[in-house]
Amino acid sequence: MKIALLGNPNTGKSSVFNLLTGLRQQVGNFAGITVEKRSGSIQLDQVQHELIDFPGTYSIYPRSKEESVVFNVLSDPSHSQHPDQIIFVADASNLQRNLLFFSQVYDLGIPCILVLNMWDLAQRKGIVIATEELGNMFPGVPIIQSNARIGLGKDRILKALTSERILDRTQAKFLESAELCAIDDVQCQKLEAEQRLRKIKDALKHIVQTKAPDGDSVSRKIDRVLVHSFFGYVIFAFVLLTIFQFIFTFANAPMNWIDSMFSHFSTWSSETIQPGLVNDLISQGIIPGIGGVVVFVPQIAMLFFFISILEESGYLSRVVFIMDRLMRPFGLNGKSVVPLMSSVACAIPGIMATRTISNWKERLITILVAPFMSCSARIPVYTLLISLVIPKTFVFGFINLQGIVLFGLYSLGIVFALLVSLLLKLMIKQKEKGFLLLELPDYKNPRWGNVLINVLEKVKIFIFDAGKIILAISIILWFLASFGPNMKESMHGLNKTRVYQSMTEKEQTKAMDSCKLSNSYIGILGKGMEPVIAPLGYDWKIGISLITSFAAREVFVGSLATIYAVQDESDEQSLLIDRMRNEVKTDGTPVFTLASGVSLMVFYVFAMQCMATMAVVKRETNSWKWPVIQLVFMGLLAYFSAWLCFILLS
Amino acid sequence: MLNTLDHIELQRVVEIVSVDNSPISSKLTEMGLVAGQLITTLFKAPFGDPIAIELNGTVLSLRLEEAQFIEVKA
Repeated sequence: MKIALLGNPNTGKSSVFNLLTGLRQQVGNFAGITVEKRSGSIQLDQVQHELIDFPGTYSIYPRSKEESVVFNVLSDPSHSQHPDQIIFVADASNLQRNLLFFSQVYDLGIPCILVLNMWDLAQRKGIVIATEELGNMFPGVPIIQSNARIGLGKDRILKALTSERILDRTQAKFLESAELCAIDDVQCQKLEAEQRLRKIKDALKHIVQTKAPDGDSVSRKIDRVLVHSFFGYVIFAFVLLTIFQFIFTFANAPMNWIDSMFSHFSTWSSETIQPGLVNDLISQGIIPGIGGVVVFVPQIAMLFFFISILEESGYLSRVVFIMDRLMRPFGLNGKSVVPLMSSVACAIPGIMATRTISNWKERLITILVAPFMSCSARIPVYTLLISLVIPKTFVFGFINLQGIVLFGLYSLGIVFALLVSLLLKLMIKQKEKGFLLLELPDYKNPRWGNVLINVLEKVKIFIFDAGKIILAISIILWFLASFGPNMKESMHGLNKTRVYQSMTEKEQTKAMDSCKLSNSYIGILGKGMEPVIAPLGYDWKIGISLITSFAAREVFVGSLATIYAVQDESDEQSLLIDRMRNEVKTDGTPVFTLASGVSLMVFYVFAMQCMATMAVVKRETNSWKWPVIQLVFMGLLAYFSAWLCFILLS
Repeated sequence: MLNTLDHIELQRVVEIVSVDNSPISSKLTEMGLVAGQLITTLFKAPFGDPIAIELNGTVLSLRLEEAQFIEVKA
């Protein structure tokens, strides 16, 4: 049996879902659209049934393309997801609006139960509901009180699903002449909603008694500060700063553990498995590839930990409220702010967080511009190049020039994210008009169980959905970096040189690695593309590093170190910087100058140098079209801006 | 005196007279914004848009361009 979970947003619907299914949940998409479909199993009388969580909506009629899944599934009995029973979750303190959607669901004739959730909150607000009379409004519907946030109501809900009352469901309707309106007939839907509301209001007069009709006065007081026209922004900036501080301080350690764990694992497997192609594939291709997926987990987990807290507490909708006006001129929406800000840490969780944006165009624009925000993987590239080409002088005697350049790179990313949004707003055509009409729920303490489940879910999506693509690309990159038509001969040649034989063993390994990479397919590609990147001031060695850093931007630094044969165990970069400083072109001029250095930095601000982001964009837009457009567009922008910088500064 | 919701000062209680036809009129209705409903204007976002109103104990935010479809009287 399929059981659907329906209800308005902010009714604790996901708490009910978590309460009923625990950790036995799967996440996926509804067929054909990128709407999260959470499903889990519940057991009734020794039989497993599938519980499907639908997006929270205010009506059976969708506000956006994404919400139309509710209408499509419920109105079509032959739909593969059409439910046999429905659990409808309503906020007990706002029955009038919740019952509008419920009465629509009721009139479908599918057996259903009505869960009055957040019962304690309603009581605290002085709301008294005569449940029996409410039951008379909807014959055949068991009504249950619950408080899912603290885990109350599970048994009652499960019992109601098999109760006699639900089995006695007659074909009675709430609205006698209820026929579904067409999905795009706004006029018909408005009339229907008016009729329903009138009837519900009349009936509730005798069912609901409210002592204090005011809202939550504490929330109103908090709002006076949090949406204040000055302090609202100060507090939001402070919240963001705290989150980033936390992530930069605490994500590094687990990321290093993951790195070293996988490199140990790789060494172990290369020593254990019989030497040969299979050994190389496993220990140098597959294991580091998996490591390259897992290494993102700490950042994703931490960001979603904070985003979930903001969401659960009710603060997130206030952020949307104060940012909406600022983002609208750019074709974005108040809901784009958190995804874009998250992208400063990492674009992957940022893009995954766009699911809350219901308007497809606004969501797509947010996804497409998120990688312009300078993520943490760019920091190693920026710092290396800044210390190489930007002098440590002070402007006005106290502002560090290197700091100004770093700030400029971040700002450049933000400015272009907004400019490109503006451009996309004009280019992407869509009939559906974005609107806000958002509820500002009362402030609540976050439920840690819900936060945890949300974090696990996002990590799972990343590892299993995007991970496959990332692994495949990293194996291809490994292959291109480890094989080449003349690699063996070149390495053999190097072996015979007198210089090589006079080296220490360590130096020999480095020289060999460098020779290997230069003669691999990637090396050949890098050399082949030299004429293309020469106008930007780059040589083939930089070209190689540009290709390898498609795996992740920070790989740029490691690749250069390999090519220059200065790889060092310690974190000291001085060796690499010295080596880069002495690097000259064939005509004797230095490779790394102010012009070529700035050109490279600007290239990294704009270029989509991250296969993991591409994999996530593919997952979130359900097609290869958008990540490919993004790759080409960002690549062209990076190329021409870098070229311009090089010309202007040479 | 009749006015549209986007022109109402803060901290006023007003009654909805009608909701004009628009692509979002059914959505406004579904949120409980129907003729006869009492609403309180609560606060505005910085730059005056969107606004937050209270109805039946819940707070709703809407943009001025959405509020202009709602006709109210004091």
